Amino acid sequence: MSFRMRSTRKALAALLATGVGLLPATGASATSSLGTSHAGPRVTITFWSAMSGTLGATLGHLVNQFNSSQSTYKVDLLYKGSYSTVLSATIAAVRAHHAPDIAQIFDAGTATMMYAPGVYVPVHQLMSQYHLKFATSQFIGGAASYYETAQGDLDSLPFNSSTPVLYYNRSLLAKAGIKAPPKTWTQLASDVNPLASSGAKCVLSASGAYIMWTDMEQFDLWNGYPYATQNNGYDSIKNVKLLLTAKPMVQHWAFLGSLGKRGLYRWNGTTNSTVPFFTNGSCAFYENSSADINEIEAGAKFPVGISQLPYVAGNPTAPQNTVVGGASLWVLSGAPKNTYLGDAEFLHFMMSVPTQDYWASHTGYVPVTNAAANALHKKGFYKTHPSDLVAVLELTHKPPKPWTRGIRVGYLPEIRVAEASAIAAILSGKTSASSALASAQAQGNKVLAEFASQYGG
Amino acid sequence: MPDRAGGAIFRGKLLPYALVVPQLVIVAIFFLWPTVRAIYEAFQETNAFGTGARFSGFTNFASAFSVAGEVGTIEVTVILAVITTVLAMATGLFLAVEADQVGRARRVYRTLFIWTYAVPSAIAGTLWLFLFEPGLGAGAKVLVDLGLKWNFAVHSLQAFALLVAVIVWQQAAYNFLFYTAGLQMVPRAVLEAASLDGASKLAQFWQVVFPLLSPTTFYLLVMNVLYAFFSSFAIIDVITQGGPGNATTTVVYQVYRDGFQNGNTGLAGAETVFLLIIAAALTAVQFRFLNRKVFYR
Repeated sequence: MSFRMRSTRKALAALLATGVGLLPATGASATSSLGTSHAGPRVTITFWSAMSGTLGATLGHLVNQFNSSQSTYKVDLLYKGSYSTVLSATIAAVRAHHAPDIAQIFDAGTATMMYAPGVYVPVHQLMSQYHLKFATSQFIGGAASYYETAQGDLDSLPFNSSTPVLYYNRSLLAKAGIKAPPKTWTQLASDVNPLASSGAKCVLSASGAYIMWTDMEQFDLWNGYPYATQNNGYDSIKNVKLLLTAKPMVQHWAFLGSLGKRGLYRWNGTTNSTVPFFTNGSCAFYENSSADINEIEAGAKFPVGISQLPYVAGNPTAPQNTVVGGASLWVLSGAPKNTYLGDAEFLHFMMSVPTQDYWASHTGYVPVTNAAANALHKKGFYKTHPSDLVAVLELTHKPPKPWTRGIRVGYLPEIRVAEASAIAAILSGKTSASSALASAQAQGNKVLAEFASQYGG
Repeated sequence: MPDRAGGAIFRGKLLPYALVVPQLVIVAIFFLWPTVRAIYEAFQETNAFGTGARFSGFTNFASAFSVAGEVGTIEVTVILAVITTVLAMATGLFLAVEADQVGRARRVYRTLFIWTYAVPSAIAGTLWLFLFEPGLGAGAKVLVDLGLKWNFAVHSLQAFALLVAVIVWQQAAYNFLFYTAGLQMVPRAVLEAASLDGASKLAQFWQVVFPLLSPTTFYLLVMNVLYAFFSSFAIIDVITQGGPGNATTTVVYQVYRDGFQNGNTGLAGAETVFLLIIAAALTAVQFRFLNRKVFYR
């Protein structure tokens, strides 16, 4: 029988093919790029970014400016994919000894990077080695606190920084007779029925990929609640535990779940953008990063309002402060010696006032240094762009408490995946907020225990 | 094949070895080395960057499949394999038998039913995602009009059903191909004898044709299970990324997530060892039974 022979061979082939799928991470990343491939007189600096589209073009403009401002170095900007892709590609590249010179690592990857000694060159050390002016105090509070070490130093350069704000559809609110955007979640809850009965298809939505950032991490910070023990991980690598089952968090998610049950909450998983739900006029309220201001204002065919995130009513510690989200720039170790001065000069260029001015006024990000923020104020930028001011005011609302400096827990991207699972379970109505959050907390704590054991010796 | 008992084709001893060397090198580099490496990693604990590695005994094996409060990936994989195998084989067999009975249009039907197998998994996944993307897809709109709260990013059962549908859509074509070939080999004489004995069409099928197809069925059984275990990866990655929760996370997808996305090579290594054992067992079963004749004569 002819196909008997063939089948045997096919099964073998299938088994072998499986073997390929089973490759562990050993050098499997095909993405390698050598920092020194440039043979000419200019030293090439590879820079892996997570910015595509308009943001990528704006970043590209800055890189070109740097490249044409001097002739010793050439920064090679490479869009590598989403934030988590850049992080895992960087990790794979470090393992394969082909790390890029500079990588744009998102907020959630900070602890994973920071506690890995030898992987990177701390930016504050790099700057002082080449005598470039650099101090943590040059940066705005929310950015400095998010990225600084226990000693108050910056191991990476805070770069694109934003914070979540509440967008609202002025037309829908007017139709429902709502005069002002809600200051508290209780006020937002009381707006639900007027909105629903006046024809709004959806009351609330939040960022697709970063709903855990808006409604878990920043929810805690803005309300002055701790997100995890050990001051959100700032005090220790070991014994860090998530506090997702705290009462206000459970109540918040029970409320969002109740909206979900009534079909008044929109969220389609972490790989789908929720921006259209707001810009097409479906959702009255929308929590997302201030970085999306331009996209949202351009896409909406109704007057868009922007206000501060709601806080928990009756909570004496609220509102406290939000922190930045976004990314910082890390300088990786292992590159040829002659690249590091270039890295330092490029980073210094990136934090300069003209660069930050250009970046903040062409995107929705906030200027990351005090000097640039002052320059924008002086220029009258916030008078002409009052909606850009909301983020700045949230970030600086009160000086941060030890547990509102940021989130410094290891393997946070993995924890966010567990949180997204809980969110899906809550919004589908399958699971109660308390048991879904308890499950995410248990999974997250398992991840944190692994992190402590792998990083803490 | 004629037997060539002891007949030497090559005179020297070196040439035959030289000829198999390329193959051996490929096997060693792409199959043996990764396997050894996976087993080694399974007993190590390191951070994401691979520094500070140390021996960790069976810790990785213990934590590999203990996920608090979630449906386990082994359950997902097994359920997915059983459901897709049964559905895809039944569909393939049904279509093959039906297409075998139509007269002139047979070729057209055959071509159409085999088509879907020609679509690479990743593209099939993208097509279906396009159709069933909540809020945007045409298929999703139909489901919503039917009164379903369609959002597979949130509802685990919907995500699982969608995954099953895509796999069955692809695999049914493969099964159709093999069943069609198998049906060609059923001797007409046997069928004629059966019908002379007064067997109904249905009885003829179940008592004559189906047993004669048993080698095909057995082969396809193994192939479909292997597909669900291993090749479903592309579809999962494109459509659901294993979610929501762990609802569509197969063991292979878990290996990818732990090893490549989370950089936990120890955990991924332990899961890989587990997969190796399953793959070896499945293949061993197939070799054994195929040599032992699931035969009729």
